[in-house]
Amino acid sequence: MLRSPARRPSADSSRASPLSCKMDPALSAVRLTVQEAIHTLSSSEDVGHILSTLGTLKRYLGGTEDPALPEKEEFTTIHFSAILRCLVSKLSPGWLELSPDGQLEQLWESFFLDGPPDQAFLVLMEAIESTAGPSFRLMKMARLLEIFLSKGRVAALMEEQCRPQTKPSFPLFQETLLSKVVGLPDRLGNSLQQDNLTQFLPQNYFPLLGQEVVEVLKAVVNFLQGGLDCSVSFVSRVLGKVCIQGRKKEILGVLVPQLTVLTQDSCLWQRVCWRLVEQVPDRAVEAVLTGLVEAAPRPEVLSRLLGNLVVKNKKAQFVMTRKLLFLQYQHTTPMLQSLLGYLAVDSQRRPLLIQVLKELLETWGNSSAVRHAPLEQQCYISKAILVCLAHLGEPELQDIQDELLASMMAGVKCRLDSSLPPVRRLGMIVAEVISSRIHPEGPPLKFQYEDDEMSREMLALATPGPAGACSSETGGPSLASVVTETPVETPEKTVDSDVPSVQPQGSDSELDSDDEFIPYDMSGDKELKSSKEPRYIRDCLEALTTSEDMERWEAALNVLEGLVYRSPEATREVSVELAKVLLHLEEKTCMAEFEQLRQRALVAVTVTDPEQVAKYLTTQFYGLNYSLRQRMDILDVLVLAAQALSRPRSLQRLSQHGPPGSGTLCAPALASSQPGNAATPDWQVVVEERIKSKTRRFSKGCPRRELTGGPNEFNSVAGYFFFPLLQHFDRPLVTFDLLGDDQLVLGRLAHTLASLMYLAVNTTVAVPMGKALLEFVWALRFHVDTYVRRGLLSAVSSVLLSVPTERLLGDLPDELLEARSWLADVAEKDVDEDCRELAMRALLLLERLRDKLLSISSP
Amino acid sequence: MAAPFPPPPGPRFVLRGTQSPVNTLHFCPASQALGNPLLFSGSQSGLVHIWSLQTRRTVAALNGHKGQGVTWLKTLPQGHQLLSQGRDLRLCLWDLAEGRNTIMDTVQLDSVGFCKSSVLARGQLCWMLAVPGKGSDETNSSPRPLLLAGYEDGSVTLWDILERKVCSRIACHEEPVMGLDFDSQKAKGVSGSAGKVLAVWSLDGQQSLQVYKTHELTNPGIAEVTIRPDHKILATAGWDHRIRVFHWRTMKPLAVLAFHSASVYCVAFATDGLLAAGSKDQRISIWSLYPCS
Repeated sequence: MLRSPARRPSADSSRASPLSCKMDPALSAVRLTVQEAIHTLSSSEDVGHILSTLGTLKRYLGGTEDPALPEKEEFTTIHFSAILRCLVSKLSPGWLELSPDGQLEQLWESFFLDGPPDQAFLVLMEAIESTAGPSFRLMKMARLLEIFLSKGRVAALMEEQCRPQTKPSFPLFQETLLSKVVGLPDRLGNSLQQDNLTQFLPQNYFPLLGQEVVEVLKAVVNFLQGGLDCSVSFVSRVLGKVCIQGRKKEILGVLVPQLTVLTQDSCLWQRVCWRLVEQVPDRAVEAVLTGLVEAAPRPEVLSRLLGNLVVKNKKAQFVMTRKLLFLQYQHTTPMLQSLLGYLAVDSQRRPLLIQVLKELLETWGNSSAVRHAPLEQQCYISKAILVCLAHLGEPELQDIQDELLASMMAGVKCRLDSSLPPVRRLGMIVAEVISSRIHPEGPPLKFQYEDDEMSREMLALATPGPAGACSSETGGPSLASVVTETPVETPEKTVDSDVPSVQPQGSDSELDSDDEFIPYDMSGDKELKSSKEPRYIRDCLEALTTSEDMERWEAALNVLEGLVYRSPEATREVSVELAKVLLHLEEKTCMAEFEQLRQRALVAVTVTDPEQVAKYLTTQFYGLNYSLRQRMDILDVLVLAAQALSRPRSLQRLSQHGPPGSGTLCAPALASSQPGNAATPDWQVVVEERIKSKTRRFSKGCPRRELTGGPNEFNSVAGYFFFPLLQHFDRPLVTFDLLGDDQLVLGRLAHTLASLMYLAVNTTVAVPMGKALLEFVWALRFHVDTYVRRGLLSAVSSVLLSVPTERLLGDLPDELLEARSWLADVAEKDVDEDCRELAMRALLLLERLRDKLLSISSP
Repeated sequence: MAAPFPPPPGPRFVLRGTQSPVNTLHFCPASQALGNPLLFSGSQSGLVHIWSLQTRRTVAALNGHKGQGVTWLKTLPQGHQLLSQGRDLRLCLWDLAEGRNTIMDTVQLDSVGFCKSSVLARGQLCWMLAVPGKGSDETNSSPRPLLLAGYEDGSVTLWDILERKVCSRIACHEEPVMGLDFDSQKAKGVSGSAGKVLAVWSLDGQQSLQVYKTHELTNPGIAEVTIRPDHKILATAGWDHRIRVFHWRTMKPLAVLAFHSASVYCVAFATDGLLAAGSKDQRISIWSLYPCS
């Protein structure tokens, strides 16, 4: 109960008095009148009589000139419902038309609209629910209810409930009222079915209810100012129930903006709001709070609306500090900001914020959480950490420095181990921010990561001076200043640019000449190294292995790819040796594109002599003394080479273009031919068009375009690429344990195998490859690492794509069945979104297979 | 000013068909030529090609140096007459009037070096020719005939021709001087060598040379240096396949034109500002940069 500032106990007693006196002579008079009226209404057909009876009753409702009758109280509390029920029961077209001028109808309606709203509402609802089917009465009632709503009677109803009540049956009555108010759209939908009125649709009704709540609160504030006590618990329960029903957006969307404005300057309003939220029943707290946090635009607003609720209410504290942060992750960043900002605004709540930060970091640093939580959740928690950090000050952080550091280190470690780049990046960003906040003066921790949208967003969150500080108050002036500054700046600029054109007339013509000539871009002006380029493969090999001359070494690497494609014969003689050198090649100088050049050269060698080099590379993949990087390079090269081999066209193009890095300088013929090349199609098209227009053809049909066909060169060598990779994956070496720590490489391996399988489409080895790959997948299907699982799933898909349908069904039916159940399981339960999607795709492919089978067997 | 500089332009057009590296270029002023502007090119195969800049085709090819490279070309002021110097140790005077192309006269030379000759026109029918003898390079002058010569030891020397003595000598390069040009208005000249440095020197009233400024290049080797007739910009032909354009007064680099795929042997300016460059890749590129006012 909200006590008004000026307490007046007398107000209570005066209201309670009529109930205490029971046997008054006047009371019986009321009862008699009512009984008589009911009798008249139910039996009489005489309009005049009915009207006068109703008129008599109407007097008791007040609004007429009569003085406050003592009977009035009794009438409204005891007899009013009965009268209304009687009125409802009389409702029929014939009865209303007894008075043709509509007087009766008006009077009839006025009973519902002017009488005590709670009883009128209940009787209306009851009548609507008990009336069957589409009928005149039902529609009439619905219309009446619509008017009831539009006249703000719901507000009056709720207002009534806010007054102190002492009736014994009151709680039950309120419960009924509550369920009817909140359930109105459902109930009317059920009764009216197709004929439902738009006002009763949830998307219309709940905003209206929100507006009514505002009105009630306004009335409550007025009462309090007027010195009357009020209770908002009924409104709270309405709010809670609506939110539980999932309509928080509709109702709070109306409520919160208005409350934001109303609470801005008024303590009384704030108190009413706090009370409103406090009184929400426990089971509705979560729904209401979530809705409020979502709807509140800024932390200060949330603070005004909620007060110190989190400190007082255990349930609210649980929702705000645990549920919204740890158990859910679908909320938006602004919502996180207002939630954590709310915790930071008040000094009483700040310990909670620190507590939250600690717990967040603990979760963040938990390696099992990193492995099993979906990426979105990790992202959400990281964002929450950054927002917390932005809100906390230096001294507060110093106090918990050790804990922060410990959790951070653990988290960074297991994140950097992850095979998913986004997870690694999250680790880096959060670690950078934490360390910069813990040791602001120390040397900053700096990772290298790609700057993408997510990282920028995260870093923006971390900048201290939280979003709350630049709310509308500060935003206004700064915006204004920008606006005022720009016009000042622009004239200056134009003046600047005018200066050169003005000066020449007055000054020496010698001086101005500089301005006439604007230099061109000279960044391409680099030193020439063409003289050092080796011209033969063997020279290249020698330069790469023994040369001490770094320029020659770089030049050799630059031209190698082109040389290999130009002289395949010479390459084949030294292919394995060359592959070995390239595989072990280390970056000796700071060379741009070293990795790409090396990779391209390796691919070129592999393409030129696939059998030997693939054999060599695949054995080296399980070799002893290689770094993970080299092993992954091997995989990449195998895939790229397989790709080049399986597409003869692209191969030709590769060999035509020569070394991409060396540009025009080393290949004069190329430079001159390239523009020509580009132009060739143009004139060819023109010439062909002209010939076509002048040629008369006697054959029929349109001219066919010939596709240049060629043998798939991958066909004969696919086995060398594929099978050796599958042989040793389950045999750990000292330096290399695919099933243990080196799961990143395992993931790459799975992806590589999937790609090789896909590229082997239409080859003869596809069937044994598919079989072996499915076995590999089967062995690893429950791997914990997401990246590995993704690889396995795409491997399944490529098996389904590459192996001919009849062979799949003929040779691998069991494997397919097993895979199918596994895929279905993954598609449903996997934590990773990509995994689910990949599994779905594989399932779709399987479905397609089945369809094909059916279509084959049916005719 | 994040990206202040536009990318360098491409050539206006390219002349192909010399079938041999282009050693030297010379624009024939429109007034002297027969109505339309011509470009002369001397190739390593000993041919002199005459190009019409309007049709962009060869008008004629002069064969007078017995297959030995042509190193220098110049039209005489009165027009219709062309001097060509070749590696066959002859200097030929051609008559081009009325479509003729015959050799009117030849001078035997005794230098087998790279040195080019120079002509000083003193009047309508009177001109002075400096030809390389044993060991000298090249030229220019004033009322009293003075000659600038660049030597293989990297020095530039000013000769007084009448008195036949050296007025001044500066050693401004470490490598042999390959080309020089002189601006008589500003009394300044520029020379390029096989080395990395471009030297600007000035000639004072006492007729002594002083190094005024040097400019370091990215790659060594300058085959020729030419100042535009309006003395605003200069261009160098680089062995690094690039043409470099500088602001003449400040020596500020303006452009690096990378079009050729082999050493550029020569650059020439027309009076209207057109720039031509000939290269070992057998192409002549024509550029239009910073139009003359």
